[in-house]
Amino acid sequence: MCLGVPGLVVEVEELTALVDFWGAKRRVRLDLVDEPVAPGDYVLNHVGFAIRRIPPEDVQTTLELYEQLMQEANARDLMTADVRGEIAGTSK
Amino acid sequence: MTGGRLEFRDARRAAALRDALARATTRPTAVMHVCGSHEQAIAKFGLRSAFPEQLDVIMGPGCPVCITDPPEIDEAIALAQQGVRILTYGDMVRVPGSAGSLADAQARGAKVETVYSVAQAVERAHGTKDEVVFFATGFETTAVATAAVLLAGVPPNLSVLSAHKYIPPVMEIVAEMPDCRIEGFLAAGHAATITGWGIFDAFVTRHGLPVVVAGFEPLDILAALVRLVDMIRRGERAVANMFPRCVTRDGNTHAQRQLWQVFRPIGGQWRGIAHVPNGNLRLRDEWAHVDARRRFTIDASSLRQTAPPVLARQCICGNIMAGVASPDACPLFGTACIPESPVGACMVSSEGTCRIWHEYGRVPRLAAV
Repeated sequence: MCLGVPGLVVEVEELTALVDFWGAKRRVRLDLVDEPVAPGDYVLNHVGFAIRRIPPEDVQTTLELYEQLMQEANARDLMTADVRGEIAGTSK
Repeated sequence: MTGGRLEFRDARRAAALRDALARATTRPTAVMHVCGSHEQAIAKFGLRSAFPEQLDVIMGPGCPVCITDPPEIDEAIALAQQGVRILTYGDMVRVPGSAGSLADAQARGAKVETVYSVAQAVERAHGTKDEVVFFATGFETTAVATAAVLLAGVPPNLSVLSAHKYIPPVMEIVAEMPDCRIEGFLAAGHAATITGWGIFDAFVTRHGLPVVVAGFEPLDILAALVRLVDMIRRGERAVANMFPRCVTRDGNTHAQRQLWQVFRPIGGQWRGIAHVPNGNLRLRDEWAHVDARRRFTIDASSLRQTAPPVLARQCICGNIMAGVASPDACPLFGTACIPESPVGACMVSSEGTCRIWHEYGRVPRLAAV
């Protein structure tokens, strides 16, 4: 999916990071991201790969859409299901 | 129907953008976006009800699952029927090929599995002696991930069947369609995070149509549309970046280098749309050893001899993805073609226009603006 999901980097080990997505911790690969990534950074994750380190000043604005989707009560909602699927790392 | 529930965090700004869009739209205007996530946001948050009547915002070929051509799916089915284990992204399994889907092959006993990431495909290949083929689909955002795993090294029993597609060239095809009424494009923010917005300069020069890079927040989309319609009205032929928190002029050059180290662009058919020069990404010769098309003899001819089902022949997915028809012009939409039993690709994927419209309704109420 095109949307991707932002998450908080918890630890970094060579080319992978442990990233916290609303409480779900997953390994994300850093092969593609074009800046050094450190714990405390937010990254945009696409299919298990970080494609961008989100500048600190943009983190809040970036998270807002996802905050709304995470509060979506309808489990069948397409956009929410895509985001939750990406977080869970499950195939749709 | 679940649309129109958004409580904009900044209702005043939303109302201001809606008014600005109405002011900027002084005559009938059609614009196109090329991203399933944009359509999801437009539909979910009921943005169409905030658009002026004269403004038509059309989804083009922005669903990667949908534009995968039936013969490409046939190749994956043929491989699965030869006993190869096929791994692919979720929605691909249900998308029809010439005569059936990977799910049908699975039901007949073929090994077909879904993965969330190409990295997961590598893990699964490590855990088996079977020949494993990753059926790689999607635009630049997933193609860079495929490139990265190949560069990092994969087990000898894994190869890649690439059906990756590259978005910029298809915008040219749409712009050149004889009955095209599109006067400007919204470019997808996250694909542009990879490619950078500078890549659209050449398109603007060639076609004289403005391009605005847009984010995915409802307010991002409204603001980008205001800018795009304003540029159209003033005859401004340029690229505007309305998603600077993710997109730069040059994009993620580190990812681009990996992409072009592994892939080369070639022309190919996009389902229902056209032959798109440079629209397909194939593995370069240096990667022949992991290219499923060279590792195996793929004979899908028997699949193509079967006539497509009668319903499939009535499907207008191609016209919908080309932006010349909307789902409600299709006699099958919502009746013979529903998410539980999709006829066309656009009803299968959560990023397909038909699936999105079916889920949210065409113009759900914008409750909170």
